[in-house]
Amino acid sequence: MLLIKNGRVIDPAAGIDETLDILIKDGQIAEIKAKITIDSAKTKVIDASRLIVTPGLIDMHVHLREPGFEYKETIASGARAAARGGFTTIACMPNTNPVNDNRGVTEFIMGQAKKANQVNVLPIAAISRGSQGKELTDMADLKEAGAIAFSDDGQPVSSSLLFRRALEYSKMLSTLIIDHCEDLELAANGVMHEGQWSVKLGLKGIPSTAEEIMVARDILLARLTGSRVHLAHISCRGSLELIRWAKENNLPVTAEVTPHHLLLTDQMIADYDPNLKVNPPLRSKEDRQALVQALQDGTIDVIATDHAPHAPDEKDTEFDAAPFGIIGLESALPVLLDRLVQKKIITFSRLIELLSTNPARILGLKNKGHLRVGADADLTLIQPQKKQTIDINFFASKSKNCPFNGWVVKGMAIMTIVGGRIIFNALKK
Amino acid sequence: MEEKIKAKVMDARKIKRAMERMSTEILERNRELKNLVIVGIRTRGIYLGKRIAQLIAQAEKVKIPVGVLDITLYRDDFLELEAQHMVQKTEIDFSIDNKDVLLVDDVLFTGRTIRAAMDSLFDLGRARTIQLLVLIDRGHRELPIRADYVGKFLPTSKRERVQVHLEEVDGVDEVLITEPTEIE
Amino acid sequence: MIFNHKHLLGINQLTPEEIMTILDTAESFLEVSRREIKKVPTLRGRTIVNLFFEPSTRTRSSFELAAKRLSADILNFNLLASSVVKGESLKDTILNLEAMNIDALIVRHSASGAPHFISSFCKSHVINAGDGTHEHPTQALLDAFTLRQEKKHFSGLKIVIVGDLLHSRVARSNIILLRKLGAKVVGCGPPSLVPPEFKSLGMEINYNLDEAVERADAIMMLRLQLERQKKNFFPSLREYITHFSLTPQRFKRAKKEAIIMHPGPINRCVELSADLADSVHSVILKQVENGVAVRMAILYLLLGGKDRDATD
Repeated sequence: MLLIKNGRVIDPAAGIDETLDILIKDGQIAEIKAKITIDSAKTKVIDASRLIVTPGLIDMHVHLREPGFEYKETIASGARAAARGGFTTIACMPNTNPVNDNRGVTEFIMGQAKKANQVNVLPIAAISRGSQGKELTDMADLKEAGAIAFSDDGQPVSSSLLFRRALEYSKMLSTLIIDHCEDLELAANGVMHEGQWSVKLGLKGIPSTAEEIMVARDILLARLTGSRVHLAHISCRGSLELIRWAKENNLPVTAEVTPHHLLLTDQMIADYDPNLKVNPPLRSKEDRQALVQALQDGTIDVIATDHAPHAPDEKDTEFDAAPFGIIGLESALPVLLDRLVQKKIITFSRLIELLSTNPARILGLKNKGHLRVGADADLTLIQPQKKQTIDINFFASKSKNCPFNGWVVKGMAIMTIVGGRIIFNALKK
Repeated sequence: MEEKIKAKVMDARKIKRAMERMSTEILERNRELKNLVIVGIRTRGIYLGKRIAQLIAQAEKVKIPVGVLDITLYRDDFLELEAQHMVQKTEIDFSIDNKDVLLVDDVLFTGRTIRAAMDSLFDLGRARTIQLLVLIDRGHRELPIRADYVGKFLPTSKRERVQVHLEEVDGVDEVLITEPTEIE
Repeated sequence: MIFNHKHLLGINQLTPEEIMTILDTAESFLEVSRREIKKVPTLRGRTIVNLFFEPSTRTRSSFELAAKRLSADILNFNLLASSVVKGESLKDTILNLEAMNIDALIVRHSASGAPHFISSFCKSHVINAGDGTHEHPTQALLDAFTLRQEKKHFSGLKIVIVGDLLHSRVARSNIILLRKLGAKVVGCGPPSLVPPEFKSLGMEINYNLDEAVERADAIMMLRLQLERQKKNFFPSLREYITHFSLTPQRFKRAKKEAIIMHPGPINRCVELSADLADSVHSVILKQVENGVAVRMAILYLLLGGKDRDATD
């Protein structure tokens, strides 16, 4: 048994923000109230005074690279990075080699996650075979094997017809379709946001419209089919206007944004740092402000890292030649706490909603994302005043492509508990 | 680093007299005046060269052409300099082939400037002879070079600096010996 | 310290004073280039590598002559066909060259920012000889040198740049430089090749060439890459020529003493009519001559003096 005493418990799902004790038994939350006393020698007590206790954070968009690209990240290293970053559950995208488009790969991923014995790893399976955008995968079989959602992420589903069919079929399975919104022709092999900075730097631009067109299409197909669509890594203002319209019309559309799109802009690429090369690209200052505002007004439901590891060698090259991607598992919570919560742009409770409550709800994880009695004992303990410098050399991730390296930030995860078991503990004894 | 003036060794009158003496010596040595050309080394060598040309013109009614030589590109201490010297143009709008070239500089010290100047002249053409005129010879030669015409021999210590000031550049004609005053 | 840079990566890094220093220095080297013995011993013993990842004859030769006239040893490294094909990374290529104790790298690369990347880890001086669609600083400097020869000053001049600005590193460097020196710059070309974002560089845009050249002091014609048509940046060569070729008739709208510039090589009868290219208004061959002098000046200013801990 585990007793967490005197923590400031924040659970947006239950509307709780007060000092409480939490008793954990058999991997579940057994009791939650003020001043629990237990006289058992078998109970480990954690003094959480001055700490914040939240439902375990859930990152519904990561790339773990295994199978196929184990030199970038493995399920074990990614799961370890997640634990250190305060995440208790991560959902991994299917763009591995082979692509997770069949039961074999799904089961392999779950097996590796079990072996790693860290955070919960939920595989997202491909919408189309080989993510080629031609034929649907055996979605029912994949769901039965453990796929939590479906996406061709890394690639959009360019065919509107195929996307319509996927949405229709997903309804039968009550599962979730996640789309990477990009019109590949308009994106035209661009490497950064199209705007004054791409013109100044002479780099090929990806217009915001390449995303907006697909966001509009997906929303209209959600309306046509009545199926749920989750829009991954939204990056620009125009997309937000479309999502707002969808929500006003009660369409089943949800949307996520990454920490890097919330905090970084295209202007920072001025020195051609390949660690800032990401797809969708870092957008303009105006887009960034609009994204932050969309966190406040509820247009955005989720913050997900889009953790995309690439080996140092691959990023140590000219901008055009570098692969797209930024890692985020170990930097997300600290930078979000420092730049959004400490600066009072959003509340602590809203941040937990974006990082736990909402992703659990969207992924249909009934026993996660809240701290009700009987819920899975997945918890994150946060020390809000702890100052640190983000240093890639201490990352558990195999990759170091993190543009937040060197940032001095206040607030971090100090303990991660999954299923009642402490898997990460930076609390001084 | 401040410079302390130790002595004023020449004034306008003394400089004028030295120039007149040297121009007489030049006339004695160069019978074929038409073959003589003057090349002044930037910056003060230019004006000394022009003064010589003027003195010769007064005495002999012959116009001697005066060119300007910038030796920056030929320096042997080029790679050791803390900063690049601003290169300026070499302006010699006459051929030096088969000419008697009178090279003019203000101070002769290690001889390295003259070495650079001669290398530069070789790249510009094949002079029949090269003669050297300096206002001050302060000794401490590092190369086997000697001047043909010297305004004044001035024994100095290596620490000292010799500063030639000319009306055309500095507003006054004078030669000073200065010494850096280091505060340690 | 008259020029405190270790690398020349772009015009963007230079102050107006530094640009003028380069142009003044180039005057001296123009004189050297016109001598019978066109060589000075200044950079004797220094090794410079011409590292070209893109085909180029003009810029490479111009740099080669500049280095040779300064007595440096120059090695031409054409990497189109060698190790890049074998999968060697750019960083490894550079580290291998540096192991041969070189002093400067002149880099032409198809990726924008490649010289910036190289300068981030290599010990030698890096000179950008054209990176992707980003900058071509030595071309802009030689253009400025030529403009100054003809017009004596920059402030208040109206310079029109015509053609494919979007894909032109020459245009970007020229716009940045001319704006720094106070000239007025007008861009002209089809909107697909002159997007409105160019205004953020401080220039004007006019899609009508007749209007754009009105009372211009200089007109810079950019080389049109004919393959742009295949990507539908414009419908046909015929239509492009109708709207954006400089003809004697159009040129009459410019000032009487206006000059025509072109970075070469010219597509005759595409960018400008043949008789204009050969007319007294054309300074295209002067640009080529000045190119060597300007590149000598840059090598001199970067490699002269002790190794410096420069600001970039």
